[in-house]
Amino acid sequence: MKHNRTMVVALATFAIASISNSTHAQTSVEPLRIEIRQGVITPVPLAIPAFIAESPQVGEHAQNIRDVVVADLTGTGLFRELPKEAHISTVDSFNGPFNFLNWKAINAEGLIVGAVGDNGDGRVTVKYRLFDVFSEAAMGNGIQFIADADDWRRIGHKIADSIYSEITGEKPYFDTSVAFISESGPKSNRVKRLAIMDHDGANLEYLTGGKEIVLAPRFSPDGGRLIYTSYETGVPRVQVLDLKTRQHSAIIESAGMTFAPRFSPDGSKVLMSITLEGNTDIYEVEISTRRARRLTRSVAIDTAPSYSPDGKWIVFESDRSLKPQIYVMRNGGGEPRRISFGQGRYGTPVWSPSGDYIAFTKQNDGRFHVGVMRADGSSERILSSSFLDEGPTWAPNGRVLMFFRETPGSEGGPVMISVDVYGRNLRRVPTPGFASDPAWSPLRK
Amino acid sequence: MRARTIAGVLLASVLLAGCTNNDLFGLAGNTAESANSGGIDQSALPNYEQDSPEYFAYQVGDRVFFLVDQSTITEEASATLRQQAEWLNANSDYTITVEGHADEQGTREYNLALGARRAAAVKDFLVGVGIATHRISTVTYGKERPVAACSDESCWSQNRRSVTLINSELTG
Repeated sequence: MKHNRTMVVALATFAIASISNSTHAQTSVEPLRIEIRQGVITPVPLAIPAFIAESPQVGEHAQNIRDVVVADLTGTGLFRELPKEAHISTVDSFNGPFNFLNWKAINAEGLIVGAVGDNGDGRVTVKYRLFDVFSEAAMGNGIQFIADADDWRRIGHKIADSIYSEITGEKPYFDTSVAFISESGPKSNRVKRLAIMDHDGANLEYLTGGKEIVLAPRFSPDGGRLIYTSYETGVPRVQVLDLKTRQHSAIIESAGMTFAPRFSPDGSKVLMSITLEGNTDIYEVEISTRRARRLTRSVAIDTAPSYSPDGKWIVFESDRSLKPQIYVMRNGGGEPRRISFGQGRYGTPVWSPSGDYIAFTKQNDGRFHVGVMRADGSSERILSSSFLDEGPTWAPNGRVLMFFRETPGSEGGPVMISVDVYGRNLRRVPTPGFASDPAWSPLRK
Repeated sequence: MRARTIAGVLLASVLLAGCTNNDLFGLAGNTAESANSGGIDQSALPNYEQDSPEYFAYQVGDRVFFLVDQSTITEEASATLRQQAEWLNANSDYTITVEGHADEQGTREYNLALGARRAAAVKDFLVGVGIATHRISTVTYGKERPVAACSDESCWSQNRRSVTLINSELTG
């Protein structure tokens, strides 16, 4: 794996030349900015001409990197690409000048210019600039990356991340991975394998062989470990896997069954369900000492725990009021407080990285939904609906979610779907076969 | 509505119980065939030894069924479990694993916990009628291992089950 290769991110040293034509009245022009909020968003048209290859050796990389940038940005539903055929101008030099009138004429609101240079040592230097076409001004300073040429996908994601943040003001999320369960075989005897890929489906790798059932991976906060449930020993047991060494081990040698794990925000502890004598409660396990602290003591099913981003609160699913509902309790004690009161059953709560929402699975009237609500249970918003939608996970910026959707019947199976926090831009995440239990990684370092 | 659901469940269970006793063996089919084919041969009835795990699975009945979200042992289930206990008493060298399963309605995590509850309910019942607790281990499969793949009550009612497996190794 090349995930830990050095990637030098240097702030660009380009002088942002005063290329703007001073006769333009800029005061009347809306700046190029998208605020991600409720309602219809008309995708912003971007012109993204071919990235300049500064030597013939990097021509292919220039094209590949640009394509990743385009796919990331347009995949958000916030942007659309103006097709090359519509362009009436070309960009021949990274430093301009740029004929903004010609980009304005085709209604481009943003112009992205990129260049790739060959460092001669297997590495490339990739730089980009983003322009607000109407104000003819550069947005941000642009960024220059020096990285292994083999890492061209990551470079593309980094550039797209930077542009996305510049225009939306939100934190980035393209340079991320997704861990999930790859499924094959008949429904009654599914083969399930732990897998990991880039958020856009590239670089898929399998992490387990499929001999034993594996379920619901989650990333450590630094992205270096996965925690998941495996039937390797014959019963469900929480395992932790180091993504670098590929070694895995049980978190605790419990007499009971353990499942539904999730890392604490500092990565030192794990919340999980432990079942003893048929009763499932929530425990917090310190990884270094393997000591388990019991957090719930009810005869009800208490499962699917998730920390708040500050680690002070725990949200979980319980059927203590008969139907499964969502409860919040203080980490360390105190009576859990129920926060879900809508029609139906609620489960798999997961706190957003920004802390503002709790995502959940809701089952009502024979259908499943993924939704979000405020941490006090207010402002419930349903984002999806189908025969079986389940298991949301948050992109690290808390503005996009992924979940899985299972189709009914003996031929049915799960696919993974992403959607923004307002229910827009629902789209399938590409995987070669059936895929479930997505977990979105933190932003890669 | 509720009564109808329960009736449906019971009916499905009865049908399935019928299946276990007949179709799995091909008893009905084979008998009918040999009758129609002019009685050339005796049909090959499966003849499991009474103390074999196969006999337990097919003659005693290795599974019981549950209502939606429930882990309560129904009257019908308790009849099956009493027969299981009888067999286990007669074959006291065997240990068992009780699997708890759920249908696909419900989240993965909840169904794991629900399956564990069902397996524990069966274990408690068997212990209650005299099987030593150390002979019984439990495991939950949640909704991971359905036996019936369709997505309606006719299949779901078969999947909400516990299965008592006779472990291959005998105890010392």
